[in-house]
Amino acid sequence: MNGRGVSPRILATREEYGRTLVRLGERSRDIVVLDADLSKSTCTHEFAKRFPDRFFNMGISEQDLIGTAAGMALAGKIPFVSSFAIFLTGRCWEQIRQSVALPGVNVNLVGTHGGVTVGKDGASHQALEDIAVMRAIPSMTVIVPADAVETRKAVEAAAWYDGPVYIRLTREKLPVVYPDEKPFRIGAGAIVREGSDVTLCAIGLMLHVALEAAERLAMESISARVVDLATVKPIDEFLVTKCAQETGCIVTAEEHSTIGGLGDAVGEVLLRRRPVPMERVGVRDAFGRSGSAHELLEYFGLTPQAVYEAAKRAIERKAAH
Amino acid sequence: MISYPPPPRERNVEVLREIARKIRVSIVRMIHKARSGHTGSSLSCADILTCLYCAEMRHYPLRPDWKGRDRFVLSKGHAAPALYAVLHHCGYIAQSDLDRLRSLSSILQGHPDSRRCPGVEASTGSLGQGLSIAHGMALALRGEQENPRVYVLLGDGELQEGQVWEAAMSAAHYRTSNLCAFIDANGLQIDGPLEGIMGVEPMVDKFAAFGWNTMEIDGHDVGSILSALDSARKQTHAPSVIIARTTKGKGVSRFENKVQWHGKAPGDDDLALALMELGELDKEAS
Repeated sequence: MNGRGVSPRILATREEYGRTLVRLGERSRDIVVLDADLSKSTCTHEFAKRFPDRFFNMGISEQDLIGTAAGMALAGKIPFVSSFAIFLTGRCWEQIRQSVALPGVNVNLVGTHGGVTVGKDGASHQALEDIAVMRAIPSMTVIVPADAVETRKAVEAAAWYDGPVYIRLTREKLPVVYPDEKPFRIGAGAIVREGSDVTLCAIGLMLHVALEAAERLAMESISARVVDLATVKPIDEFLVTKCAQETGCIVTAEEHSTIGGLGDAVGEVLLRRRPVPMERVGVRDAFGRSGSAHELLEYFGLTPQAVYEAAKRAIERKAAH
Repeated sequence: MISYPPPPRERNVEVLREIARKIRVSIVRMIHKARSGHTGSSLSCADILTCLYCAEMRHYPLRPDWKGRDRFVLSKGHAAPALYAVLHHCGYIAQSDLDRLRSLSSILQGHPDSRRCPGVEASTGSLGQGLSIAHGMALALRGEQENPRVYVLLGDGELQEGQVWEAAMSAAHYRTSNLCAFIDANGLQIDGPLEGIMGVEPMVDKFAAFGWNTMEIDGHDVGSILSALDSARKQTHAPSVIIARTTKGKGVSRFENKVQWHGKAPGDDDLALALMELGELDKEAS
């Protein structure tokens, strides 16, 4: 399915998150939401307005935020906890490990403003390591949705999934690539565009970049498959292996450090199951910086051109094999 | 909805003292057998845990998941042997479990694990996190039919963790009156006396300034513990904290107020002395 050019809708995933929370809140009285003084940015304020008794603003104290949510989950609630991705995963990493993951409670962490597209706020606010540190925690599920539809489904899935889940959203609005009836299952990747020469595995905002790169490659008669690996952990091993087998080379694209993110998750599968040439597009061991979202994507090489070049390199290496 | 009867609660001070003595015996034996564990820290909170589980809390050991139960969180998770001994006394776990403390695939992990051990409400061990967890529980349970209360025990050294004060702030902000914290103030931490490492006094003033209802008691006096708990239960607008002045290693002279017994296991001769001082050897002899 290639939705590009078909659907004109461009929606902010965090706004969809806010709307989904309200719908979940209507369905279950067990849903509670906690935030750390960023509820307008994370869009949890929608829920706060509708269900003031089930919304808890914990102030600027992320460690207490996580512990309180863990306690609520232990008492039978289904908490959604939000802040910017960097503060939610970094400031309280050990609290997430000890209070949430170790007892295995149903705490859903939704970090907004992931990646460099946070923009002008700069390095302090740009999470480029969040996927890596969340992946490292045993039993943690990590999901990076690529559009509003996938966000809604991932948030719903996380609510009913009995265990800790981290969902990473972006500040930027994203084009909607999926129809409303698109199924979502934690752990299942999706082929968004068919192709046979190379597979472009992407998450979040980079799925759109990968789709654009696939268009360019098509102009040179290179057939690129585009795969959405929204669940970074547990990664869809079957689909990754199948793509490696069928297209013979892989490119990963993520708005995250190349250390510990999607590239490593895919690479681990390839190493064990089907070693094929692989190229990675991501931020190379660096902090972010201030700038507009567009400028920063250019600066860090998170562009269709970069994915296009990586695909060409991968195909070249495949031929040399 | 099935509602379970609360268990019979013991209010006789003499009986509670005897239970606390047995708990201490159980702690020393358990750690001696495991050859690893926190002796001093466990002995210092034995009286508090006894009062909570045998006199104060509504819980139902035959149904550890009974929704209306009061909860207890051991924030100073290294005192796990004290919690295990009390859970054993109440009937949550067997003697054979105590014998396997800290061993592979035991339900009694070195620090409490809520996924493995019945009756353990929260996984702790990394200091500073239990107050937030207990506060979350109390917020979630507020207004429930049985009006469950949540108790949490922190060490005084643990107050050096910043998260404790984040939680102190939020519990006061939300006026979570069904939350009651104990500070096991034995004055010692691994590296030495608190006042030398990083002072936390005046604890009472600090909690009072945060908006808590504060009490200061002798943490080994069963009567004082019971009356402090009575007073905490009557609070309607603020969480309560009971600063319990205790002696680390209480009950065995060799362990008392000795920093080195924070995380050390008793050897054979230590065990013999401890059992004698705890009045256990005479009993076995007679």
